[in-house]
Amino acid sequence: MMTEISLNILDIAQNSVRAGAKLIKIGVCADRKKDKLTVIIEDNGSGMTKEQLESVADPFFTTRTTRKVGLGVSFYKLAAENTGGTFRIDSESGKGTTVEAVFGLSHIDRMPLGDITATIHSLIILNQDIDFIYTYQFDEKSFTVDTREFSAVLGDVPFDTPEVSKFIHDYLSENKTEVDGGIIL
Amino acid sequence: MKSLAELKAIKDKMQNQVGVRIENECGTRIVVGMATCGIAAGARPVLNAFVNGVADKKLENITVTQTGCIGLCQYEPIVEIHEPGKEKVTYAKMTAEKAMEVVEQHLVRGQVVKEYLIDIK
Repeated sequence: MMTEISLNILDIAQNSVRAGAKLIKIGVCADRKKDKLTVIIEDNGSGMTKEQLESVADPFFTTRTTRKVGLGVSFYKLAAENTGGTFRIDSESGKGTTVEAVFGLSHIDRMPLGDITATIHSLIILNQDIDFIYTYQFDEKSFTVDTREFSAVLGDVPFDTPEVSKFIHDYLSENKTEVDGGIIL
Repeated sequence: MKSLAELKAIKDKMQNQVGVRIENECGTRIVVGMATCGIAAGARPVLNAFVNGVADKKLENITVTQTGCIGLCQYEPIVEIHEPGKEKVTYAKMTAEKAMEVVEQHLVRGQVVKEYLIDIK
């Protein structure tokens, strides 16, 4: 079982990676007035057929052959719904997939957001052929990272070069603190 | 606050160094299982430990990559080390601490850490 929302985000984004996405947008938005934590993961990968979409939250449905269960989406959906939230997947074959999970921010059963910086950092440095746009919003403040801006500066220097990898981590971490003032979600 | 100007400075520094690391196929690959089973079992801190360990020890020609589920979910987090000209080594039930030890013993000294090897019964 996942213990952090950020681990679910890493897991769900891996589906976008395997779907051959070239661009993945991840949005995390905490709104204390509305008492909602909204997470949106959007990709331009292969998408799903209508039949796949209907069974995607069924734990006994998976397209893989190494095992018979597919728990990722099931876990995530349950985690959102257990907090009075909602869960939605839109997908079109050949176009891409959008997964939106809304959590009750102050609900006692909401798992912590966890180390979102580590999740985004891992995704960025492990998938250099994929562009990421990550937005983190806390009430009215927000910041956005677009890895195409990093690529434009770096040229052919890879993201997993130690100095660059550290820069990306610190960039994510410092901007996050700037936006949420260090409040742990 | 970090800015893109700082990233530019890093890039310029890298380019001035002799022998800037170029991704190559003949280096060592550290492969971490990052499917639902791996992530739920704690693969993310293991991956981070390898990334940081390789950087801290200034190890060259090593890349850290990911893979999906290989059907041994009960042994996750699983890490495979592929070294050119050697048999693949598979470590099971890894943690960040064990990963640091593998960096130190296996990657730096060339000694496989036997007690962490996968043991399929």
